[in-house]
Amino acid sequence: MEKYRIDASKGLEFGLYTLGDHLPNPSTGERIPAGQRLEEIIELAKLADDVGIDFFSVGESHQEYFTTQAHSVVLSAIAQATENIKIASSSTIISTLDPVRVYEDFATIDLISKGRAEIIAGRASRVGNFDLLGYDLHDYEELYEEKFDLLLKINQEEYVNWEGQYRAPLRDAHILPRPLNGSLPIWRAVGGHPSSAVKAGYAGVPIFLATLGGPVSIFKRTIDSYRDALRQAGHDPAQFPVATAGFFYLAETTQQAQREMYPSVNEGMQKTNGRGYPKQHFAQGADKRDVMNVGSPQEVIEKILYQHEMYGHQRYIAQMDFGGVPFDKLRKNIELIGKEVLPAIRKYTKK
Amino acid sequence: MKVVAIAGSIVGSKTKTATSYAVKTLEDKYPDLEVTMLDLAEYDIQFSDGRNYLDYQGDTKKVTETIMAADAIIIGSPIFQASIPGTLKNVFDLLPVDALQHKVVSMIITAGSQKHYLIPEQQLKPILGYMKAQIVQSYVFIEDIEFYRQEITNDDVLFRIERLVEDTVTLTGTYQEIREREEAKYDF
Repeated sequence: MEKYRIDASKGLEFGLYTLGDHLPNPSTGERIPAGQRLEEIIELAKLADDVGIDFFSVGESHQEYFTTQAHSVVLSAIAQATENIKIASSSTIISTLDPVRVYEDFATIDLISKGRAEIIAGRASRVGNFDLLGYDLHDYEELYEEKFDLLLKINQEEYVNWEGQYRAPLRDAHILPRPLNGSLPIWRAVGGHPSSAVKAGYAGVPIFLATLGGPVSIFKRTIDSYRDALRQAGHDPAQFPVATAGFFYLAETTQQAQREMYPSVNEGMQKTNGRGYPKQHFAQGADKRDVMNVGSPQEVIEKILYQHEMYGHQRYIAQMDFGGVPFDKLRKNIELIGKEVLPAIRKYTKK
Repeated sequence: MKVVAIAGSIVGSKTKTATSYAVKTLEDKYPDLEVTMLDLAEYDIQFSDGRNYLDYQGDTKKVTETIMAADAIIIGSPIFQASIPGTLKNVFDLLPVDALQHKVVSMIITAGSQKHYLIPEQQLKPILGYMKAQIVQSYVFIEDIEFYRQEITNDDVLFRIERLVEDTVTLTGTYQEIREREEAKYDF
């Protein structure tokens, strides 16, 4: 776990992530300028740092309604603006980037932030980045696997010899700068389906699992499959952290939280994914057995603890800014997290 | 209410003739509805490669977006080799999981033989069910002897299409009312 900078004795880590979406506020239909959205993301990271949240990450999406395409640049600004919080990508779409360049960027962010940077490498659910950056969508799987492997190799070896299909060969290539403590935590982004988690298990890398909605028990199967695969490949699951990520929103009552969050989730998903979030499913999200952490602080604390009991995971990452949620609501959420959620989950999960 | 009629084949004229009659009935009886005819023969649609439908370009994007925005869909399909044509299956493959949730879907089937009567029951309905459609259970099944030069010659077939259109509109309205009433209970 030390390799991934996780100290399990302190209990479950709590983080925030943003996809960097740039969507209208559903109650006004208005969208803030891109510059303001970027400032607010950086401000959100600062506020999170101030109240002691463990982690903050920013995603990369190359399409309409997003504004953090250059996510490593945004992370660099966050590195400068914060003191203690860990910072990462969620995710870096490694398939259509050059792993050498990604490593240079994140090692630099690690130095600027004094050892706080991590990489979560994913494959993208929307695929506009392939045409835009000059890659063939037919290579979707292989591009990811090959480039992810190269990224891991660069993390382990300062001088790299490598040959592959999708990038020019590297001959005694000296990859600089090196991160503050020799290596970066690199995670594999995994969707709900177990097959990708199993690949991560065989490869011996930690997973960052997206869990937007549905029963906790379904995602537990994916995590169990991951740990089984780790064991089969001769790794010790106790050495590999698991992070889960999903929708989060706090208000005084669960009803109020649902009322404030539903339009953002529904209209945001309609615009970015082409399908809204069915109300019936969102209503079930309030159940303790569902992964969606939308509700009153007390109910959400209980849900996070229930998830921790089921998953035995090391980090939970909350997405609460999706779909044009106004900044004053985000600020209020951060206050509640700092005052109520963090002390409770730390108290009950520390060892 | 948005209704989309799909003529699901790029071969021949019978499915298009029958689907067009459904569109004409819709326009005559329900002038307030927004009705769109998608004759797949008029579009250049690529094979599904698994991407999100919003990431396609041109006709593929246009056709999928039109279907996704519909409240009701009338599918016209011939039977090829004891199943639906690949052109129609491709349209389903282009759409996301649960794409037909909250949509009412009805079927008009043309075929060269009565032996095909149960094909929509056994092959098309399972697809629609998997995609979460509200299915109009009875479909109109038309044999090719009922057509003469792009006209339907049997009044019974015309009456059956008219009833299918009425059922589609009635069920869509009813379903929307029920859904609105139930969703209002959530209070969010």
